[in-house]
Amino acid sequence: MSSVADILLWGVLPYVVLLVVIGGTVWRYKYDQFGWTTRSSQLYESRMLRIASPLFHFGILAVLVGHIVGLVIPKSWTDAAGVTEHMYHVLALSIGIFAGVGTFLGLALLIYRRRTTGPVFMATTTNDKIMYVLLVATLTAGLATTVLSLWDTSETSYRDTVSPWFRSIWILQPDVGAMAEAGLSFKVHVLFAFVLFMAWPFTRLVHAFTAPVHYLFRPYIVYRSRDGASRSGSVPVRRGWDPVGTRDRDGTGRRQGGSSRREKSSSGR
Amino acid sequence: MRVMAQVAMVMTLDKCIGCHTCSVTCKQAWTNRAGTEYVWFNNVETRPGQGYPRRYEDQEKWRGGWTLNRRGNLQLKSGNRLQKLFGIFASPVQPELDDYYEPWTYDYENLVSAPASDDFPVARPKSLITGKDTKVEWSANWDDDLGGTAATEEQDPVLQKIRSDSEEQIRLEFEKTFMFYLPRICEHCLNPSCMASCPSGAIYKRAEDGIVLVDQDRCRGWRQCITGCPYKKIYYNHKSGKAEKCTFCYPRVEVGIPTVCAETCVGRMRYIGIFLYDADRVTEAAATPDEKDLYEAQLELMLDPRDPEVQRQALADGVPEDWLEAARRSPVYALAKDLKVALPLHPEYRTMPMVWYVPPLSPIVDLLRDQGHDGEDADVLFGAIESLRIPVEYLAELFTAGDTEIVTAVLRKLAAMRSYMRDITLGQDPDESIAESVGMTGSQIQQMYRLMAIAKYDERYVIPTAHLEEAHGLEEMGCSLDVDGGPGMGQMGGLGEASGRPTPVAIENFNALRIRQTSDDPTGNTQLAGRVNLLNWDGQGNPEGLFPARESEKGGTR
Repeated sequence: MSSVADILLWGVLPYVVLLVVIGGTVWRYKYDQFGWTTRSSQLYESRMLRIASPLFHFGILAVLVGHIVGLVIPKSWTDAAGVTEHMYHVLALSIGIFAGVGTFLGLALLIYRRRTTGPVFMATTTNDKIMYVLLVATLTAGLATTVLSLWDTSETSYRDTVSPWFRSIWILQPDVGAMAEAGLSFKVHVLFAFVLFMAWPFTRLVHAFTAPVHYLFRPYIVYRSRDGASRSGSVPVRRGWDPVGTRDRDGTGRRQGGSSRREKSSSGR
Repeated sequence: MRVMAQVAMVMTLDKCIGCHTCSVTCKQAWTNRAGTEYVWFNNVETRPGQGYPRRYEDQEKWRGGWTLNRRGNLQLKSGNRLQKLFGIFASPVQPELDDYYEPWTYDYENLVSAPASDDFPVARPKSLITGKDTKVEWSANWDDDLGGTAATEEQDPVLQKIRSDSEEQIRLEFEKTFMFYLPRICEHCLNPSCMASCPSGAIYKRAEDGIVLVDQDRCRGWRQCITGCPYKKIYYNHKSGKAEKCTFCYPRVEVGIPTVCAETCVGRMRYIGIFLYDADRVTEAAATPDEKDLYEAQLELMLDPRDPEVQRQALADGVPEDWLEAARRSPVYALAKDLKVALPLHPEYRTMPMVWYVPPLSPIVDLLRDQGHDGEDADVLFGAIESLRIPVEYLAELFTAGDTEIVTAVLRKLAAMRSYMRDITLGQDPDESIAESVGMTGSQIQQMYRLMAIAKYDERYVIPTAHLEEAHGLEEMGCSLDVDGGPGMGQMGGLGEASGRPTPVAIENFNALRIRQTSDDPTGNTQLAGRVNLLNWDGQGNPEGLFPARESEKGGTR
């Protein structure tokens, strides 16, 4: 039998997370299009960013693919394809560590750049800082599971524990027992990820949801009729900007960046 | 053929005095906000010079605009779609703040709050980016009037190109005699490469008037447009994380008044009007193989608004009747196509820019005058245009992808106008041979003179208003009946003066301007009529009008 804590963590929490992610994203998309941006700091500093950002982003994309493969494809399928347990893990480990370490290095460099470059640090909001903590925590825990599995082979059994649980969430039949049996490092990783996902819609991470894949297919030149603009006539829109000056930087963390977003979103009644 | 209308501008560079009023008023109107401190939608550059941002014309470095691929098709110079997407995580060739300049203010408070001491308190420059002390080293017009050009003129990409072409060492001497101003706004191109670069599809061209805008809600801050635009006239707002650009003052243009830069131009050097163009042939024209043919190809796109076939098709394509009328009176069409004196800026970028320039003759006239020649004699001028290779080549690099013949032809027309009109001004018979020598007629020269020297407000700016039946779509419009002359004009809400919806600022300005420009008394001080001017009063007696009329008399005296 599963304990109450197990049921809450692996049976209820996933749905809370889903609700927050979907609800938060829809809310943000509806009311805060203006704040929906990468908030790039390349204008301030470009030399370090040019290395760190692609390293992190390509790394995290590889990590994402790894997760999809590991979590979605059932063990029985790969067994049927003749992939042995050993082969699978050597492959997963080598690619996983490569991608994970790349992502980690990229993130470390990005954080170093953010802290040491004056203008970039000034443009960093509290929101950003929380996001970085969550990113680092999730990524470290994830890397730890991989590294630990080198010593402790019982930690490699995620394909029998985490993956079935993950798949069961989507059919609304959470297999709490499976997840309860997983190693501690996996549980920590998943919990950090939950918090990260819940914060996702409310941070600059939302830019990932509007990855511009459609750019490959759209025409180069875009004509749009004045009538077609999704404006509602003379509805007053409160300004989405701050006056020039250094004064508004006094309360850096609190006001900056976030301020325009707040004003804009509050006007979207 | 698909006829579309385009609001366009012509700048006659001879009339630019380099006062930067356009830049300042534009900045006050549009970019006086946090995040856009370094942004100038309108800037005035001294040429030769580096421009703003520095060396933006060096497309080998900045990769702006279009190029032709091996198959002869248009492709963004910064790469195809896949390459652009792969470069999205760190835009490979984005200008940094140093390439623009680090905006600053001064610590004026220190002047009044500094404690008493032996030294004068000073207002130190403070960076608007970091808020810390800074050293002012560059700005948008640092090399104004060739300031510092002796040190930086090597950096002008156009000069570099001429030099490498001619393999001649050009002495600095000529900069002393050759200088002009180049005001720049967004070109509102027919084939904009910023739009083509935008991964989100947030940049669009308005179907009604061709103004290129950034949808602030759909921009995600991928900043590819900044690389894409060869004129570097689209900017990244580092506070909001969105791209911003010149809007052609669309809230003003929609109600029929010119842009802020044009309205406030001291030299009256800007003209705004309508072009009708064939939207179906834009891509084909932009893909013209030889760069030097691009000007002709662009001119070909501009349709004759007096051609009945064009008019018929325009109506079928939804261009309103009054826009057609405006197109027929368009000063930009007259200058660009009828008279062929206005040229596009850097046609070799293949974006089909819609801000045109009449190249300046004044550097040549000034040179002749300084050398003691008659700067208004046609033969002297023609000879000078032929012999002054460097200024002509420089202008050609700017306006015709290096084709000096076109620039020479334009300069000859301007020279012919000077000579031809001088005869008339001096009461002599005009010399028709001058007109013929540049392939024009006397009446054409007079038309050009009228347009370039005299043109009043309503001749310089022929801007049809956006349509009332579409008014609900206008961002700033209130009640569509409240416009000038409409049934709701001057009406207030049902509950007194402050009730109801506010009058949009553009409408208010428009009405105030109209009244100021059309009334007999520009100051509006009619109630002072009949009063004694106290400055002229000798202090003796009590002349009539020394005091305002009593309330009871007022009715009678008026």
